[in-house]
Amino acid sequence: MASVHVATTVNGDVTEFVCQPGETLLDVLRNRLGLTGAKEGCGTGDCGACSVTVDGQLVCSCLVLGAEAEGRKIGTIEGLADGDTLHPLQTQFINHAALQCGICTPGFLVAAKALLDRNSSPTEEEVRFALAGNLCRCTGYDKIVRAVNAAAKDVRKQQARVKKAAGKRR
Amino acid sequence: MRYEAPTTTREAVSLMAKAKGKAFVLAGGTDLLVRMKSGVIEPDLIVDIKRIEATQSIKQTAGGFRIGAAVSGAAMAKSAALCKAWPGVVEAANLIGSDQIQGRCTIAGNLCNASPAADSVPAMVAAGAKAVVVGPKGRRTVAVEKIATAPGKTSLAKGEIVEAITLPKRPAKTGDAYLRFIPRSEMDIAVVSAGVCLTLNAKGEISKARVVLGAVAATVVLVPQAAKAIIGSRLDDDALAELAAACGKACKPINDMRGTIEFRTDVAGVLARRAAKIAYQRAGGK
Ligand SMILES: Cc1cc2nc3c(=O)[nH]c(=O)nc-3n(C[C@H](O)[C@H](O)[C@H](O)COP(=O)(O)OP(=O)(O)OC[C@H]3O[C@@H](n4cnc5c(N)ncnc54)[C@H](O)[C@@H]3O)c2cc1C
Ligand code: FES
Ligand code: FES
Repeated sequence: MASVHVATTVNGDVTEFVCQPGETLLDVLRNRLGLTGAKEGCGTGDCGACSVTVDGQLVCSCLVLGAEAEGRKIGTIEGLADGDTLHPLQTQFINHAALQCGICTPGFLVAAKALLDRNSSPTEEEVRFALAGNLCRCTGYDKIVRAVNAAAKDVRKQQARVKKAAGKRR
Repeated sequence: MRYEAPTTTREAVSLMAKAKGKAFVLAGGTDLLVRMKSGVIEPDLIVDIKRIEATQSIKQTAGGFRIGAAVSGAAMAKSAALCKAWPGVVEAANLIGSDQIQGRCTIAGNLCNASPAADSVPAMVAAGAKAVVVGPKGRRTVAVEKIATAPGKTSLAKGEIVEAITLPKRPAKTGDAYLRFIPRSEMDIAVVSAGVCLTLNAKGEISKARVVLGAVAATVVLVPQAAKAIIGSRLDDDALAELAAACGKACKPINDMRGTIEFRTDVAGVLARRAAKIAYQRAGGK
């Protein structure tokens, strides 16, 4: 088996790795790059625990080959917080106790971030549909949905503050 | 196994044609990787077509639309012109999987995977979609319904790949729709599905129609008798009843854990009626 050399960007950092041609991006992230936030729940695209973004697009990393990452921009849960400052989604997941065992949590956070990036005021129904590809065996989902809607509010407030500050500067 | 990501269709075709052993095209990988990981297939070569420019975009042409074979469901939803012209096709494509799957899945992959329950295929067939097939002997354009021949089997020859799917320019007073039945509201495989495309004349009567059923036979089925049942009508109750009856007759479904033969046969008619009503409204019918 000929190994593949891949040059890519992960959470903004230029990264190189060598992998097997049939190896998934999930396995590369976890086993070669030490980024163990993304989890393997099913390996078949059903549970969303392995969610990451590729060029900004939400995908299941268990159904992407590592070799496909060449030249792309990969985003993982490890890039969600800004240093020590948690993302509002992370803060609200804690506030709402939206996790128990935590296996599904990185996937939910990455998927919820993708939702808020395109729609910062989703309805409850929109949140439920957007997260339909993420399974949780513990929480019963309600706390997760409430946490996402609360985080959306925080994100909107943040956006308004940034806008106001930009206005003042002008 | 070898992984190749050529940048031209010609290179991709040549790799596929020359491959010794089992070679597979990789589009979104949402079927291929699942099958690889479960050991159902053991590829010797994977040809990723996503770096080929001709597969990457949706183009509006004089003849209609050209949707590259690497365009994801999510990207289709972002094309306002495509959504306006062929809402049924886009809705069907967007039913595939979750947001994560939408970021990767393609309608060409949905077609070439050749599942009788493939969601985008009945809608494509109803709309008169064609596959642009490129192979070692050149290029040909084939009606989408000619691609799948049996579950998991296609009419593509060795080395042939689908470069794009084309949709005609939507004729005046035309509407399309697709509906599927699943026991959940998301993330499931169609138990039965129906796609309808119809055109109205100046009097508001149906002048042309295509009615297509999914998951009720070994391939998606075009049902000319069902189209005949509504042509000339304004979709009154009699025409709808005849449409449903014709759909029932065209079903050759299987019994499995998701539905019985009786259930699938009955629901095919129900879905075809509902899809016809939506298509009729979209065509401007009252
Ligand atoms: C969690 C999950 C949910 C799903 N839900 C649905 C659903 O609701 N409805 C549904 O219909 N499907 C569903 N699917 C199946 C799958 O997502 C679709 O069939 C999808 O459209 C396949 O597209 P792809 O681009 O990922 O194909 P790939 O996996 O890349 O390819 C599929 C097959 O077609 C071949 N192929 C692909 N592109 C070409 C080409 N251009 N030329 C020649 N051969 C080609 C490949 O070699 C392979 O054999 C689901 C899958 C998963 C994992
Ligand atoms: S591990 Fe990828 S979807 Fe479950
Ligand atoms: S918290 Fe355990 S699976 Fe979601």
